[in-house]
Amino acid sequence: MAEVLVYVDHVDGAVRKPTLELLTLARRIGEPVAVALGNGAGDTAAALAEHGAVKVLTHEASEYADYLVVPKVDALQAAVEAVSPAAVLVPSSAEGKEIAARLALRLGSGIITDAVDLEAGDEGPVATQSVFAASFTTKSRISKGTPVITVKPNSAAVEAAPAAGAVEALSVSFSAQATGTKVTGRTPRESTGRPELTEAAIVVSGGRGVNGAENFGLIEALADSLGAAVGASRAAVDAGWYPHTNQVGQTGKSVSPQLYIASGISGAIQHRAGMQTSKTIVAINKDAEAPIFDLVDYGVVGDLFDVVPALTEEIKTRKG
Amino acid sequence: MSLRIVVTVKYVPDATGDRHFADDLTVDRDDVDGLLSELDEYAVEQALQISENSDDDVEITVLTVGPEDAKDALRKALSMGADKAIHVEDDDIHGTDAIGTSLILAKAIEKAGYDLVVSGMASTDGTMGVVPALLAERLGVPQVTLLSEVSVEDGTVKGRRDGDAASENLEASLPAVVSVTDQSGEARYPSFKGIMAAKKKPVQSWDLSDLDIEAEEVGLEGSYTTVENAAERPARTAGTIVKDEGEGGKQLAEFLAGQKFI
Repeated sequence: MAEVLVYVDHVDGAVRKPTLELLTLARRIGEPVAVALGNGAGDTAAALAEHGAVKVLTHEASEYADYLVVPKVDALQAAVEAVSPAAVLVPSSAEGKEIAARLALRLGSGIITDAVDLEAGDEGPVATQSVFAASFTTKSRISKGTPVITVKPNSAAVEAAPAAGAVEALSVSFSAQATGTKVTGRTPRESTGRPELTEAAIVVSGGRGVNGAENFGLIEALADSLGAAVGASRAAVDAGWYPHTNQVGQTGKSVSPQLYIASGISGAIQHRAGMQTSKTIVAINKDAEAPIFDLVDYGVVGDLFDVVPALTEEIKTRKG
Repeated sequence: MSLRIVVTVKYVPDATGDRHFADDLTVDRDDVDGLLSELDEYAVEQALQISENSDDDVEITVLTVGPEDAKDALRKALSMGADKAIHVEDDDIHGTDAIGTSLILAKAIEKAGYDLVVSGMASTDGTMGVVPALLAERLGVPQVTLLSEVSVEDGTVKGRRDGDAASENLEASLPAVVSVTDQSGEARYPSFKGIMAAKKKPVQSWDLSDLDIEAEEVGLEGSYTTVENAAERPARTAGTIVKDEGEGGKQLAEFLAGQKFI
């Protein structure tokens, strides 16, 4: 059976959920071989094996942290040369897409980004994408070279499928470009204890209607009652009420959770682009004419300062 | 010293319009108004700021690949303050994918001459966000991408990249490819004077033969990907809308419980 390379997104050996989703998708088109790079690469093997990796190729070097993107491209290219895979799958993070793009160019291959589903096809893997602010769904395949595909978080359920997960050292020689962009400093983001926005099963977002940074506590309290991530519209971010890393929309993050709750968000096209593929959509807004209500499964026309706290209380009561 | 900046910009269908596909499954550009991609305005802005903060003699060239109308995007950038423009236009370009676009841009950038390439973080139509990385790979120069802050001094570009897990400070020697996010700083509005001055600024037109690119390397034929079908997403069935008369929160909790979210 053809092997499929899966690029592992991990933090010091802790594998992030989108990678486990990729392993599920990879099994549809072949045997997953994972590539884990950098500090803690070897520690990823157990989690990867549990989710279907037959092999885990690892390489630890300081270059992966000290320089931007290119060392990882060099390593993936070495892995492709070692394995001759049927496809390469990479999580659709900002960095993942850059790695995938440069790899595809080197391989003389096509690239598909932001796939939301993947299936085996007669002429190679077929990727589903959601385009034009999720108003269209396309199915595409790569017609030249080894398909390189990036996949959005929440595109597949994580399934356990124990496999050998045999660890093998990958041999990598870095290119002349590898050390071109130096990382001279790194400030880790402080953990809020909440789930990562793009990976969360539930996202609670606030917009212009929240009317001030100090009121985002209401949104956070609702999120915490549901174990959800907190999102914000561009209006709220531009006003400085919430960090840009939490922005949902065309220029922020695109999310696709099981449940999306929009509070005080009118639903401009730029915001819709980032959340329209959510499975269940709920909105709370004073304005009954807000376009967000065209998308919802359930909408409450009302003041979020009344509705959100009441909802949070009710959830807490029900959860006991 | 002089610093040559090339800003890559794209002419895109207005996202607030009703976008759809043409029969050949490329983006239908006839039915929707086009404009300079909003995210590229940030690139033009940062190029202008680099120029304003520099002791060097800086020349800013805006570059686009696209149909006749794409000149509008160039005019906008010129009216913001760029010095000159290059428009790559050729019938054989229709349907070119990101890999092909990066080839055309890279050849044009090399022909124009550059010390720094500045791009937006993504186009607002394709939203792939891969072209800056592809340009760096093709040009063989450092990529310093997704910057929320950027500065250039003494042949070095520095910037801050705000990622999910961390903010990184980056540094590279010129020549380099930079991309900037919408957090890099509000783009200026063209002044009346700027708009008038833009009319007199030079716009060069190049076609594929000017760039030594064969027609089959680009366009739909040269594409590395094939769109098999495109379907309009079915309209969502109308949801339940209630008016809050004191019970809105409770009613919503009831709905969420019914959907097993609580």
